[in-house]
Amino acid sequence: MSTERDPGVTPRLEARGLVKTFGHVVGLAGVSLELYPGEVLAIIGDNGAGKSTLIKCLSGALALDEGEILMDGVKVEFKSPVDARRAGIETVFQTLAVAPALDIASNLYLGREVRSAGPLGRILRKLDTRGMRSTARERLTELGIGTIQDMTQKVETLSGGQRQAVAVARAAAFGSKVVILDEPTAALGVRESGQVLSLVKRLRSQGLAIILISHNMPQVFEVADRIHIQRLGRCAGVITPHGYTMEEAVAIMTGATTLDA
Amino acid sequence: MTAVIEPTGEVRPREELGARVQHALHRHPAIGPASVLVASVIVFSLINHRFLNAVNLSLLIQQVAVLATLAIGQTMIILTGGIDLSVGAAAILAQMVMAQTAANNGVPGVLAILFGIAVGAATGFINGFLVTRIKLPPFIVTLGTLSVYTSIGLRYSGGQSVYATSMPKFLIWTGNYVDIGPYQLTTGVIMMLVLFAVASFALTRTAWGRHVYSTGDDPEAARLSGIKTGRVLLSVYVTAGVIFGLAAWILIGRVGVASTNNLTNANLDSITAVVIGGTSLFGGRGAVLGTLFGALIVQVFQSGIALAGVQSLYQVLAEGILVIVAVALDQWIRKVRR
Repeated sequence: MSTERDPGVTPRLEARGLVKTFGHVVGLAGVSLELYPGEVLAIIGDNGAGKSTLIKCLSGALALDEGEILMDGVKVEFKSPVDARRAGIETVFQTLAVAPALDIASNLYLGREVRSAGPLGRILRKLDTRGMRSTARERLTELGIGTIQDMTQKVETLSGGQRQAVAVARAAAFGSKVVILDEPTAALGVRESGQVLSLVKRLRSQGLAIILISHNMPQVFEVADRIHIQRLGRCAGVITPHGYTMEEAVAIMTGATTLDA
Repeated sequence: MTAVIEPTGEVRPREELGARVQHALHRHPAIGPASVLVASVIVFSLINHRFLNAVNLSLLIQQVAVLATLAIGQTMIILTGGIDLSVGAAAILAQMVMAQTAANNGVPGVLAILFGIAVGAATGFINGFLVTRIKLPPFIVTLGTLSVYTSIGLRYSGGQSVYATSMPKFLIWTGNYVDIGPYQLTTGVIMMLVLFAVASFALTRTAWGRHVYSTGDDPEAARLSGIKTGRVLLSVYVTAGVIFGLAAWILIGRVGVASTNNLTNANLDSITAVVIGGTSLFGGRGAVLGTLFGALIVQVFQSGIALAGVQSLYQVLAEGILVIVAVALDQWIRKVRR
């Protein structure tokens, strides 16, 4: 992945001068970012740097005070996560937002269930349970998580990595353009983290644009194409993992050094 | 780049019997109450052979119809993680409106029933509004509306009972007998069974049902998935209110009198049926068919203990123990992980 971009290429997602305040607390003090198809943009920053606020604004969970968001060069406005999803931005929240007592297929289709064809679906609003299950299985297989075969398994019976995989699959499965992953490996062991990172790489190779929020520097440096460093509500700089070391990234993040732009 | 998320949770080579039972119950919550029902029927029929005769079984199911219907609405509410303590009061109010408008105001039977059902829906709407808009806990809301609906019912009826003789035929239609072989059911019983079928379909086969379960399971996850949880909750309370109205109709047909003294234990009994039926009080888990078994279990104990010639206080004792066992079982099932 090269970071040298043809200036003619429109970013998939672009944020310009995002401002969000909570009373006297400034969450975002004018943050801009660009995200291109087939790239992983990592966002790092200390606690309170505005990472969560930034992704909440991008995913429609928070309304902006100022600034604008563009998808493929077209201005969009999100009043709710549903608007963002309609525009093609899917978010995997740290809490995963899966319903533990529902099965995998139901979770994949939660909030966008498919009715069965014919009068049963039209009049009685019956769901196409079988169709959803088989499509769910196909999607998981496409994403290389085909080892989960039983779509009727309840999500709470899955391991942490599998749950994360289901959440990521749900985000990527329905023609989305941008996937935002909030600390996807925070609760996982080494092996499961590796599996999720492979999944992220696979999504990138399929042309999705991915925003990855993480505290884990080795992971960030492993998968990110560019790294957006958030500090005190502002962007302290965007670096590449090749041009900088982890120590330098942390130094910028904590304000020990500054990046001359 | 073909790493595979391995099904670490799938490995269950030496699964013990206990774990398998736990897993099965986890998947099909109605199995538990169904087995308890079958077991108790067998035990009571061994104690007294008359238990299994057609007359007794017919009476048993007629007696359970009202409670079981109320428990359908209660199940929906408990599935969302809520609880409704005003069930009986709402049904009584609906019942008094049906009987009074028909007997005293000369409203045609069909219209009187519709008025009653509308009142049921309104009680549900008020509960739902307070829960979703004012954000009060369902327990507190319905504890309050229990008193409110009870007193409105008393005030409206002036404490006067209305007897079947002064009601139009349509009001007591639910008490009409329907013979099926040696068994004598009522239209009210059939209505109850149909309601269970419809509720079960709606909860397990429609998007609305999925949304009800997910709202009860994890409201935040449901919201982030784009489900309008407030609207789902409100729809559940209103639907339950309509069901309480229908239960009121079945009640009039069953007892032949509309009185504020009916259904004194319905609030707690309906919760008992739901809990024994395997639905979790924490929401998101359970099945409405389990509630049918739960209501039947309560009735089977009542009838069986009476036929066994044991004091009825033991029936109350048994019911109490069953509730505790059912909740303990639920806790155990919920522990299933991997």
